[in-house]
Amino acid sequence: MDQTVPALLQHECVVFPEGLHLECGFHLAPVQVAYRTYGTLSAARDNAIVVCHALTGDQYLADTHPLTGKPGWWSRMVGPGLPIDTDRFFVICMNVLGGCMGSTGPRSPRSGGEGGSAEPWGTDFPPVTIRDMVRAQKLVVDRLGIRRLFAVVGGSMGGMQVLEWAATYPDMVFAAMPIATSPFHSAQNIAFNEVSRQAIFADPDWHGGRYWERDAVPARGLAVARMMAHITYLSEEALTRKFGRRVRRDPYGDNPLSLFGEMFEVESYLRHQGSSFVHRFDANSYLTITRAMDYFDLGTEHDGDLSRPFHGTRTRFCIVSFSSDWLFPTSQARMLARALNRAAANVSFVEIESDKGHDAFLLDEPDFDRTVRGFLSGAAEHARIG
Amino acid sequence: MRLDQRLIAEMIQPGTRVLDIGSGDGALLDYLFRTRGCDAQGIEIDMQEVTRSVAHGLPVMHGDADHDLAHYPQHAFDYVVLQRTLQAVERPREVLRQMLRIGRHAIVSFPNFGHWQLRLKLLTSGRMPMTAVWNTPWYETPNIHPCTILDFLMLCREEGYVVEEWMAVDEDGERAPWRRSIRLANLFGEQALFLLRRRGG
Repeated sequence: MDQTVPALLQHECVVFPEGLHLECGFHLAPVQVAYRTYGTLSAARDNAIVVCHALTGDQYLADTHPLTGKPGWWSRMVGPGLPIDTDRFFVICMNVLGGCMGSTGPRSPRSGGEGGSAEPWGTDFPPVTIRDMVRAQKLVVDRLGIRRLFAVVGGSMGGMQVLEWAATYPDMVFAAMPIATSPFHSAQNIAFNEVSRQAIFADPDWHGGRYWERDAVPARGLAVARMMAHITYLSEEALTRKFGRRVRRDPYGDNPLSLFGEMFEVESYLRHQGSSFVHRFDANSYLTITRAMDYFDLGTEHDGDLSRPFHGTRTRFCIVSFSSDWLFPTSQARMLARALNRAAANVSFVEIESDKGHDAFLLDEPDFDRTVRGFLSGAAEHARIG
Repeated sequence: MRLDQRLIAEMIQPGTRVLDIGSGDGALLDYLFRTRGCDAQGIEIDMQEVTRSVAHGLPVMHGDADHDLAHYPQHAFDYVVLQRTLQAVERPREVLRQMLRIGRHAIVSFPNFGHWQLRLKLLTSGRMPMTAVWNTPWYETPNIHPCTILDFLMLCREEGYVVEEWMAVDEDGERAPWRRSIRLANLFGEQALFLLRRRGG
């Protein structure tokens, strides 16, 4: 397996020397947030949309990814004339705190780059939460002089950030679109994350998290983590439709593969997913961010009452789930919708029929596109913008 | 928009908060927002209709009258509307109670089972009546709780609801001329439309 360490890239960043007081009590300073923007901020600064990325996403939302050379992860959704229309809206996407694409995270120098050594945080990086991520994003939004976001949109862990934005800064969020997400991370999802983490810990190249000292990367462990997680992003129907039981070549013919070679197409697909992931992601970031997801429980933050954080909210919500998503199932989205009902919030709630599993929010789903476009247009009409 | 929906819209004060249960294609929501400046939301059971409504920018959530009203706080709305659905819910009395708990007013329309054609068909043929309004056979009809206008009035009396306004309309939503007499409306009205509030509310 190729063990290329992601090259040090120059990302567009804002640095906050004063840092951020994290929920765990640690004061992290300085804090750097890497971001990308698309479209033009209106003179009234009222057309900004923050798009929050998922666990392994980053700020390269709608332009070419500098490491993979591939189109941005939501380039089919965000752009001129697309459902999140950059001719109309100013879109900001920020790398999460704890990430590895330019925002402060386990790979950042511990000393903040001044004086001292450039030794990275590694596993000593303080535990961050979804709310910490959102508070770091707010620093950037404030810096841009934006007093109210027209919308905050995100799927999966991005959806958790959307909910945290709406709960923490209700007056700053006119419209919120949590997609394929849940108001808490379920036991099953924590369990999957734990398997991912154990795969990384079990890699001989892990070296207790100080792999950079040995010029190593726990590539195999990280790849296995990604392979396992990737299965949870799909569905049985999608796997059957894409791969079925097809074999790569005749395993019993003249030139048979070894018993545990890449016999089935689905194996080869997963191995590719795993090996390409390690080129662009840092293992310690993966650990930090999966932990942040595990901590997430909006109800617990408010004495167990999920509706409490939304009492009196004026934010317009649109909750979207996908019928074949078993990682963040519709039942959890409905729980969120009902909590918002208890808070008498303005809620739309749609389950999109799809066989593509959790990843459906990233893929071609015309009904979903129409929902995003329609909700934003309707909200824009109420906000009286553009 | 159907004519009876226009009659419903006329019952609603401009600028109020409205919940439309069974919002269908969202025509009433759209009308209430655009022409009456209402903050109108919908609940709809058919997911395709929900998606279509949200894609038109209307706030609609997937749900139904029997299971989703209990989650709203008291007096969250000025008006709660239930169009042509009361006869199809599991527990009509409970749905009405919920409507008047979460809303200060309830607007209810339902097909009148007391219409003369139904009475005549049952009398003459001895079989479940089939008409333009009641057009599905007994074994597959969703209308599990049919009632007449008089039945509905009796329930309102028992539950302590004040009828602020009522009218009988025909199937196309045209106002029927028997508005003054309940007994005639019960005989000739195809659809009934009521505006209710709780006594003392």
